[in-house]
Amino acid sequence: MLRLTSIAIFLAAWYAGSALAGHQMLPGPAAVLTAIVDEARSGALPLHLGATLARVLLSFTLAMLIGTALGLLMGRVRLADRLGDPWLVVLLNLPALVVIILAYVWGGLTEAAAIAAVAVNKLPNTIVTIREGARALDPALDEMARVFAVPWRKVIRHVVMPQIAPYLAAAARSGLSLVWKIVLVVELLGRPNGVGFEIGIAFQLFDVTRILAYALAFIGVMLMIETLLVQPLERHVSRWRIRAA
Amino acid sequence: MCPAGESGLLDVRIERKSFVRASGDHLEVLHDVAFTLARGLVGAFVGPSGCGKTTMLRIIAGLDHAFDGTVLRESGGAIGMVFQEPRLLPWRTVDDNVRLVAPDATENKLSALFDVLELAPHRLHYPGELSLGLARRVALARAFAVEPSLLILDEPFVSLDHALAARLRKELAKLVESRPLTTLLVTHDVEEAIGLADRLFLLSARPAHIVAELPIESCDATRSADQVASIKAEVARLLKTAAPPS
Repeated sequence: MLRLTSIAIFLAAWYAGSALAGHQMLPGPAAVLTAIVDEARSGALPLHLGATLARVLLSFTLAMLIGTALGLLMGRVRLADRLGDPWLVVLLNLPALVVIILAYVWGGLTEAAAIAAVAVNKLPNTIVTIREGARALDPALDEMARVFAVPWRKVIRHVVMPQIAPYLAAAARSGLSLVWKIVLVVELLGRPNGVGFEIGIAFQLFDVTRILAYALAFIGVMLMIETLLVQPLERHVSRWRIRAA
Repeated sequence: MCPAGESGLLDVRIERKSFVRASGDHLEVLHDVAFTLARGLVGAFVGPSGCGKTTMLRIIAGLDHAFDGTVLRESGGAIGMVFQEPRLLPWRTVDDNVRLVAPDATENKLSALFDVLELAPHRLHYPGELSLGLARRVALARAFAVEPSLLILDEPFVSLDHALAARLRKELAKLVESRPLTTLLVTHDVEEAIGLADRLFLLSARPAHIVAELPIESCDATRSADQVASIKAEVARLLKTAAPPS
């Protein structure tokens, strides 16, 4: 109920803003919805959404896999932490735009360069979060596994990963939203398709309706991923916790 | 717990074990702790709290290698350990917790073990849903499931009520008797030690060393009250004379 009220207030504010600023500056919700439907009919919207989504998933997976491995290593091995920390600070403070432009200069305007640039932007964030989780691992359970000579693969799967899971979830949450924003910049600067490319064209034509249509459509896709994929997964992973009645 | 009469001696010689405090000075915890225990015997360690019993067990279990001395135990044999806290994985069921350390245990063996420890109705529960007494029993089941050649118990029944502790002690005695294994038990309860052990080792205050070794001759699980009383008196006398070294 509260959520619905909140959404209703948002829509009302949008209408009011549109009426005040004029249709050119801020088209109303109805106009944007019509634009979404038109673009979907023409087949352009699914094409660009698909391209962007594929880039998001690829770079996100890449960043999560490498980031988790490096984060675990840095959280557990002191030497790795001391060696890797300066690199991490550099990466954390490197502006996304610089990484993207350098990737395109060095790798050409290619798909690989685009995805690598996005993954590198997300990577330090994942490493920092997972490293925090690795530092918080319970030494008592680690000792238990050592005494009982549990093989390391099983230790990773049954002892370490469940403890890292909340940190993974946090990294994934912030990661998905961060990655898609960067993918748009990458597409704007050097890709011939995708939501970012379309928004770039719409900007040149000063077509605010189309900008909003594409942005909202993709937010819708991400919302679906969140409710259909991320949330059920989180519930499954935390099923052992005693829920408050 | 009659001697099994087999080889496979546990030979522990810890010359020195010390920790470095945050302030930088050394704290000697163990000093010349040496004993041997034949396979099939239960050795109980009794001593003042904080004297280093847990440190000794950790060294014997191979969790701590930073000490002067040697620990020789049967090679290849599994270790079963019950820590002071149950140390179960909260995200795995009771069943999975036990199976994780004992992947080769057959269903028959496991269900027999769960039956003895009265855990059968709780196999699919998560540790967070168990009482402390139940969780301790799961920890016992886990230690037995690996069919250890060395069983290490660090105050396994501390903070349980008397009736429950007595029942678990009986179950433990049954399980230990059913297998040829060497058992180390740390406790501060002299009666518990007498009830379970073949050898009683008395430890001094820090730095701990073995003050006395008392064989408990009777092979009968139900020792007479007189015997228990006389051993208790002996232990009390020895502990009193083992004043901390100045």
